[in-house]
Amino acid sequence: MIEFKEVSFQYSSERKVIDHVSFHIEKGESVGLIGANGAGKSTVMKLLLGLLEGEGEIRISDIPVNRKNLSAIRKICGFVLQNADDQMFMPTVYEDMIFGPRNYGLSKEETEKKIDEILRLLDIQDLKHRYNHKLSGGEKRMTAIATVLAMEPQILLMDEPTAALDPYNRRMVINIINKLPQTKIITSHDLDMILDTCDRVILLGNGKIVADGKCQDILSNQKLLEENRLELPLSFMYQKEKELL
Amino acid sequence: MNKAEKALYELNEMDELANGNSLIHHFSALIKLLVTIIYILTVMSFDRYNLSGLIIMAIYPYVLFQISGLSFTGCLYKLRFVLPLVLAIGIFNPLFDRHVFVVLAGIPVTYGWISFFTIAVKGILAISASYLLMATTKIDAICKAMRKLHIPSIITILLLLTYRYVSLMVEEVSVMTNAYHLRAPDQKGIHYTAWGSFLGQLLLRSMDRAKELYNAMMLRGYQGEFYYVDDQPVGLKDIMYFLIWIILFWLCRSVNVVQWIGSMFVR
Ligand SMILES: Nc1ncnc2c1ncn2[C@@H]1O[C@H](COP(=O)(O)OP(=O)(O)OP(=O)(O)O)[C@@H](O)[C@H]1O
Ligand SMILES: [Mg+2]
Repeated sequence: MIEFKEVSFQYSSERKVIDHVSFHIEKGESVGLIGANGAGKSTVMKLLLGLLEGEGEIRISDIPVNRKNLSAIRKICGFVLQNADDQMFMPTVYEDMIFGPRNYGLSKEETEKKIDEILRLLDIQDLKHRYNHKLSGGEKRMTAIATVLAMEPQILLMDEPTAALDPYNRRMVINIINKLPQTKIITSHDLDMILDTCDRVILLGNGKIVADGKCQDILSNQKLLEENRLELPLSFMYQKEKELL
Repeated sequence: MNKAEKALYELNEMDELANGNSLIHHFSALIKLLVTIIYILTVMSFDRYNLSGLIIMAIYPYVLFQISGLSFTGCLYKLRFVLPLVLAIGIFNPLFDRHVFVVLAGIPVTYGWISFFTIAVKGILAISASYLLMATTKIDAICKAMRKLHIPSIITILLLLTYRYVSLMVEEVSVMTNAYHLRAPDQKGIHYTAWGSFLGQLLLRSMDRAKELYNAMMLRGYQGEFYYVDDQPVGLKDIMYFLIWIILFWLCRSVNVVQWIGSMFVR
């Protein structure tokens, strides 16, 4: 479904932010993309969406990501941005949510039905007619996720979907991610969330893939994580403490 | 709230006004746009000494303010930065054009003053008409209407993005001012030594954000057309609205109503 072949990218000529990265993601997989701040996670996502252009080959559903195919690619991929403020550009939540579906030619009635469904799923019906500039950080994040789900993408890219959420909403988002059948790539520093939502983890460090494998294996490898400025997820920490006792 | 936050709040308020529910809000955007354009052209076409004829054109904003429930003082307040500019356009006319037009209570009123006031009134009328359009119609709907009039999409995109870009920029100013004052609590304003870097940062940051925002729009299928705005078919009531105003404008333009009323009393 997603193919990254020897991809490199640099913002400026001094330093490669992404350095010969290759991976392959099957349909239906949930992959956690982790790594320290500045490791290149968001950059990988932007490369996938064709927002940035690098060297190497990227294919999504066998469509090569290049200028010619951008609209096809973007129809397939839904992207939850790291900064929810940039995601929401219409005055109200409702207008923001209909933006994508209507642009892709869905009728008004279908759109209405769909967004009501999604608002219910996320339990944020009361935000429907609120103004975006009057939402709290977490409310913005929830509505940003809603706007992307409204487009029913085949692939979901989520850049820190649980940042700024309270525990209730965080759990809600985790449950929803787990319910969604799509192929998913999720970046986060919240490794417990990754553990709860992903089967596979790709660990980035300095623009290279440091590890790629089963979630359980990588997230329980304390040495590997600490070398990459990460920590064991809490659940593993408890487990370890128990073993010590 | 710092100054920028207040400004941002006002800007966002325009969106809220445009989301209102008055009779005017429900007319088709295309019709409102056309009426506004024709109104402004009519106002501009008045002779520069024809102050008495021009005054009657205030009927259009007056009626619209009444029906839409928008407040005129609110409009003046929002436009407080633009109004001085409007007044400044004709500011030199009284100096250059000193022929006496009429002597009122011993004070000679020159053609210069008349033309100064005419220009000022024209400006105020045109601006309040634009304000009324913006406050009763969503920006996206206006852009869609412009596309229907075959205005090139590059212009509508620019208009839309400028509209959004301004609020992004103001937002960045507000965030940066707050960040600055949190670390320079006793200072009034921003020290001039920091102006350069402040401005530079502001430009970079708002450009970055504008790019992200444009990306976000593209990612959700935006390609320069306004499919996401509901079609507002032009109905009978829209046509009536259009015709009534056009006839009124034409009447006001061809008959000097103020003079006409005046002449009834003089006779
Ligand atoms: N617009 C840009 N111009 C230049 N360099 C950039 C730009 N955006 C990011 N970088 C650099 O690229 C590197 C990777 O950035 P990226 O945003 O992909 O990191 P990340 O893994 O998402 O980090 P975080 O966890 O903080 O979100 C960083 O070193 C960053 O400094
Ligand atoms: Mg990031």
